[in-house]
Order: sequence, then structure tokens, then C-alpha cells
Amino acid sequence: MSNYIKLIAYGLVTIFAMMAANFARDMAYQVHAIIVMLVAGGLFLWTLRHTDEPVVADGPDLQRSYMDGVVRAGVIATAFWGVVGFLVGTFIAFQLAFPGLNFDWSEGFANFGRLRPLHTSAVIFAFGGNALIATSFYVVQRTSAARLWGGNAAWFVFWGYQLFIVLAATGYLLGATQSREYAEPEWYTDWWLTIVWVVYLAIFLGTIVKRKEPHIYVANWFYLSFIVTVAMLHVFNNLSVPVSIWGSKSVSAFAGVQDAMTQWWYGHNAVGFFLTAGFLGMMYYFIPKQAERPVFSYKLSIIHFWALIFIYIWAGPHHLHYTALPDWASTLGMVFSIVLWMPSWGGMINGLMTLSGAWDKLRTDPVIRMMVISVGFYGMSTFEGPMMSIKAVNSLSHYTDWTIGHVHSGALGWNGMITFGALYFLVPRLWNRERLYSLSLVSWHFWLATIGIVLYAASMWVTGIMEGLMWREVDANGFLVNSFADTVAAKFPMYVVRALGGVLYVAGAVIMCYNLWMTVRRSPAKAAAGTPAAVPAE
Amino acid sequence: MSDKQHKQEPETTGHEWDGIQEYNNPLPRWWLWIFYATIVWAVGYTIAYPAWPGLKEATPGLLGYSSRAEVEKEIAAAEAGNAEINARLASVELTEVVEDPELNSYATQAGGAVFRTWCAQCHGSGAAGVQAAGYPNLLDDAWLWGGTIEDIHTTIAHGIRNEDDPAARWSQMPVFGDILSEEEIVQVVNYVMTMSGGTPQDAAAAEAGAEIYEIQCAACHGAEGGGDRFQGAPALNDAIWLYGGDYDTLIETVTYSRFGVMPPWQNRLEEHEIRAVAAYVHQLGGGEASRD
Repeated sequence: MSNYIKLIAYGLVTIFAMMAANFARDMAYQVHAIIVMLVAGGLFLWTLRHTDEPVVADGPDLQRSYMDGVVRAGVIATAFWGVVGFLVGTFIAFQLAFPGLNFDWSEGFANFGRLRPLHTSAVIFAFGGNALIATSFYVVQRTSAARLWGGNAAWFVFWGYQLFIVLAATGYLLGATQSREYAEPEWYTDWWLTIVWVVYLAIFLGTIVKRKEPHIYVANWFYLSFIVTVAMLHVFNNLSVPVSIWGSKSVSAFAGVQDAMTQWWYGHNAVGFFLTAGFLGMMYYFIPKQAERPVFSYKLSIIHFWALIFIYIWAGPHHLHYTALPDWASTLGMVFSIVLWMPSWGGMINGLMTLSGAWDKLRTDPVIRMMVISVGFYGMSTFEGPMMSIKAVNSLSHYTDWTIGHVHSGALGWNGMITFGALYFLVPRLWNRERLYSLSLVSWHFWLATIGIVLYAASMWVTGIMEGLMWREVDANGFLVNSFADTVAAKFPMYVVRALGGVLYVAGAVIMCYNLWMTVRRSPAKAAAGTPAAVPAE
Repeated sequence: MSDKQHKQEPETTGHEWDGIQEYNNPLPRWWLWIFYATIVWAVGYTIAYPAWPGLKEATPGLLGYSSRAEVEKEIAAAEAGNAEINARLASVELTEVVEDPELNSYATQAGGAVFRTWCAQCHGSGAAGVQAAGYPNLLDDAWLWGGTIEDIHTTIAHGIRNEDDPAARWSQMPVFGDILSEEEIVQVVNYVMTMSGGTPQDAAAAEAGAEIYEIQCAACHGAEGGGDRFQGAPALNDAIWLYGGDYDTLIETVTYSRFGVMPPWQNRLEEHEIRAVAAYVHQLGGGEASRD
């Protein structure tokens, strides 16, 4: 019966997408309509072929065990999008050093301006987002001792999210953009993500509700705060009116400084809740598991959790120091950023101190080394961030490459490394392997990535501070000494170093993919010890 | 690790999730005290500076700080420091800007800053121009509209071929694609290439082009190709090219013509700034002595 409803829905969507492709007012919209048409049409045919076939019912065992297929798919997607995002990032780093790489023939779809949002969204939302969805599905099942709520809805979230990524990415290349940093996708892509995200929230909450543990584990608080807050941020920042239902262009509901403030309320909390709270959820599960040690302090986890989510949401105005933003908002953004310092460090302390009594593992286990250095970078960037929010510091750092360096020490160091650690943890367990294919390749990955980050961050600190000093340099009569182009020319060597750092980081990620692939293909299967591990406890 | 450490292990909370336990360790003291300190500092800072929004306006802060007032103060101080010499720069005869050493030294400094801010986008931060885009090189002694301080000053103040200033320098090369045949254009281009001592692509065509040049081009560019500064017509008998002197570029220039625009800076800059940047450009390498 439900198949007939699905067929009608898929059929209607396919026909609507055909019309949309026909009436499309711009290229991006047309390509998107064709993508939607193909997806919906494909699903229609697939469903049609499977309708009225005898159903092979899932046995009771399968219904009781953890739902890991979607997590496996998420792990693959994370690794894939990670490499794509890093590659694009490295390429645009070279474009900045060698502008000739903005080829004439690729003007209008692969020049720096089009590729830059592709890079940021690919690493934050495609790589980071898939990592968060996959690990949250894994962690919430284990720590709740319950199968994911909602059955195949988890698959809808996975594939729906991939569709969002494809629509966003192709949209950037074809010029469909709201020009809102980290929120570039146009209105229909935003609407689609909203649907996917609400289903994600329902699955996560449903699983927590039916948990068999008396208490909710700390990792799940962080994951839940990430899912809820990102939903709120996404909806408000993307409030807009489409110009036509047949075109990609829309007009924001906000204007002027309110627009800027809404955007940076969103932008800052994308960092705070997507890249911090969500990834702290990962940290709180994978570090104690890999270290096989209890979490350092429950009290610290609860205090720093509430302090973090209460304070983070107010810190956005520090992105708009010395602009049209009123002084009072600027002040509040700055003081909340400073107060945020210790709540952020609570997570670092809990991560690092969990290893006390197991420090020797740093010598023998490159996976835990990866996790520890990620927490180290987390601590460094969450100190650097509050420092840069101080107006006096910001007047030097703002608009310079220092900001780029700051973001990347957080993204490459913290988000990247903890995700790599989680992938190394997950793959043997998800594919039921005894161990990773090669620990020495993990070491190679660790060192390549670490040196890559150091090259990246150090070169951006140098060029950022140099650039800031050059911009403000005046002679005895108060006249500017440097032109803007002088600062661009002066940055060239550091741009090359930065791009080389990117090359090392990509190389590490490719080695990881090979290692994970060989783990699945070659590592010996884990000996079945009685009941399979993937059954909820109790 | 050692047994000793395990004996001293703190208590856990008693819960366990998928094998993970949590110690009941207290908050680290240093962490807590720094957290408190940042809160106390934050409260103090918001009392001192504009911070808490009310219904109509925010608390102004005890220090009476305002970022706009701060900027105005700094700008006023910088302007006051240079007020006297700026007034002198704006009022003296232009020739004196070049001849008075003190004034010239100041004007060159100030003009350099103006140039790097407003002019470098087209003419390059080193003033070498961009040939492919037709932005003239200011370092050489070839001038389209004249190289005395007065000429340069007029060009900067009113600009070239813009719609915003009736006194803008103005001239227009015809679109010869509408006047001459393709063959004739090829011929005249070949001839022009010989004028600066270059080798034409086709010597026979160059010979045929001489007559076309005589009729169509000489009125502005001069019979010998020396150019004409009254019309901003470039000299064609030197090796300096505004858009490029190769065959293809010349064909394009003659066929479609060119229309380089420069904005009138008197709408944007103060008189002393225009004079300063004129003095700066004048001393870059090709400045000419004033006609008396």
C-alpha cells in the first residue's frame, strides 16, 4: 500500500521537476531541476519494480540489532567528501599564490570566487556533516543501547543529505548563491535541508527516548544541542523570498547591518555548534573508548556543556568589530567571547585528562595520538579565538590571513584529526575486522597531517600579522606607506608554503582512504564470539 | 599502569554507557578561577564601555567611549598636523610646488600615499601601468596629454573621456572598421609598424598603407607619427604603446578604436591632494618643465 503512495509522490515530483527544468530562468536552477528529476524518476522506477514483490521480512534479530548500514555509508561519504574538499582547498590555495590558475576557459565556474564556497561547504558540511551524522548514529545507538528510531528514515537522512550536498556544490559552480558565508545555497536547497534536518532530529530524539540506559550520555547532549541549534540557525539566517519559483534567486528578509548581524550570528554559531559542540560529542565517545579509560570529570562535562551552549550563541558580533554595528553589540560580542574561553577549555581538559593513567598509549597507538593532537589544536584555537575577539587585537587581525590561519588550525587540527581518529576507530568495528590494515600508515597520516597544519597555520600567522601591520603603517606625516597590492605581493612566499601544507594534508587523507579500504578488503575478520557485537545490551 | 595509581583512582558516577564510565572528579580549581575572573572582567568591561541595550538606547558606559568619536579624533589630529602646509600647497602657483624644496618634498610624500590609495588600482602600485588594459605607464617620458605639472594637474582634476566633468579631456578615435576595408586596415597597420622602426608583417602592404595613413591618420597622429597632445593622440613613431604594438593588437585598435576613461578626481579629492599626487607623478621620471 505504502508503495502506491510513494509512486504517486515520486511521479508528481518527477513531473514537477520536468516543468521546472523547462521553465527555468537560470542555468543553476535548470541543472538542479534535472538532478531532482533524475533522482525522483529513478526512485519511481525502482519502487515500481519492487512493488507487489514478496517481502523478505527482517528477522527479529535484525530488528533488534544496531542499525550500522547507514553508519557504514556515512563513513564512506565522510572519507570521500573529505578528500574532495581538501583537494579543492589545496587548488584554490595555489590559485591565490599563482593567479594564472584561474584559467580563462574555466572563468565563471572554476575561478577562485566560485571554488572558494565549494571548498568551505565541502569540508564543513559534506566532510564534517557526514562525520557528525554517521558518528552520532553510531554513538547514540551504543550509548542508549537501542536501535535507531524510525527505521529507514535514517537512510532518508543519509541520501537526503548527499542530495543537499550535490545541489549546493553544483549551485556554487553555476553561480546560484545567497552570498551568505557558509549559507550560500539558495532557497530550495535550504528548504530541502530543513526537511532532512528535522527528520534527523526526530531520529536522534526518538532513539534517546527509547534508550535502555537510565541516563543520557554526555556525548548525546552535545550531539542534540548541535542538531537543535543548527536547525534554528539555518532557518532564521535563510529567511528569504524567492524571486520566482522557476529561478534560483531569492531576496533576504534582512537588510543592512541587521543582515550582517544575522549572518554572523549564524556564521559564528555554525562554528560553535557544528564544528565545536557536534565534534565534542564525537570526542566524548571516541576518546574514552580508544583510551579505554573513564571520562575525567562528570562535573566538568556538565558545567562546561551548559556554559558553552549558553555563551556561544552571543559571541557572533565579534566578526563585525569596527563596522556599522553599534558599539554596544560589539562590546557584548567581545565579552561573551572572552567568557567563552574556559567553557571551551573544559572539553579540552576532559579530553586530555581522560588519558591520565594511559599516557603510555601515545607511544604505541597512533590513533589515540591523532585524537590527542586534535584536542590540543582545539585548545589552541579556542584560546586564539577569544584573543582575536578583543577589539584591540581584532583591529590588527581583521580581514587578514590570520583569520584564515585561525579557522584552519581549528578545522584541520581539531575537526579533521578527531574525525580521522573516529574513522580509524569505526572501520574495523563496522566491517567486523580484527584490526586496522596498517598502524604505520596511520603514523604516516598523523605526521603528514600535523606538519601540513603547522605549515598552514604558521604561514598564515606570519602573513596575517605582516599584512595587518603593512595596512596600518604610516609615515611621519600620517600618510599610508603601502598600497594594497604591495601587501598582496609581500604575501606570495607564505601563500606557497600554505599551499604546500595543504598538499601534505591531502596526502595524509589519501593514505587514510587506502588504509581504510585495505582494512575492509584485507584485514582478518573478527572471530565470532557467541552473539554478534552489534546487538543492543540489556 | 602501576597498582598504586589504580588504588588512588577517584570514584566514578556509577553509570556506564557502552563500557564508558565517568569519574566524579571535582572541577579543576585553576579552570574555575579563570572562568570566574573572565566573568568579573566582563561585568567590569560592560560597565566601562557601551554595552547593555535598553528600550531606546544602550548603556553608554562610564568611559564615554565611542568608536566613531575615536576615529574622528584621530583623523582630526592627523589633519591638524598637516593643516598649515596643506593650505600652502593648495594656494601657491603650481610651478612652486615643483620648485620649492620643502613643499615638493612634502607633496611627493603625500602624493605617494594618495597614489597608492586611489591610482594604484589602474596604474599599478609602482605606476608602471597595465599595457594590456590601456592604463598608461607613468614612469616614462611619453605623455598623452602633456607632462608639465599643470598638464598633469588638469588631467587628474578633470579626468579623461568621463561623463562626470564637462572639462574632462576629450577625444575619440574613429572606428575604422566602418570606414576602411579589411585590406586597407591591414595595409595601414603594416605601415604604422614601420613608423617606429619595426618590421612590418608584409612590406608591400606597408607601402600601400602610407597613403591611407596620410589621408586617415596623419591629421591627429601627425605626418611623422609624432602624436598630438591637444587631442591626446599617442605618438606612433616610438616604441611606447598604450595598448600594444604587435600586429594583432594594432588591427584591433584600428578596427574597433579605443576609449580609455579616467575619472575626475576633483569630485573626490581635496585640491591639496590633487596637487600632491600631481607632484608625485611629475617626479616619477618623465616630468617636463613648465611652459612660461
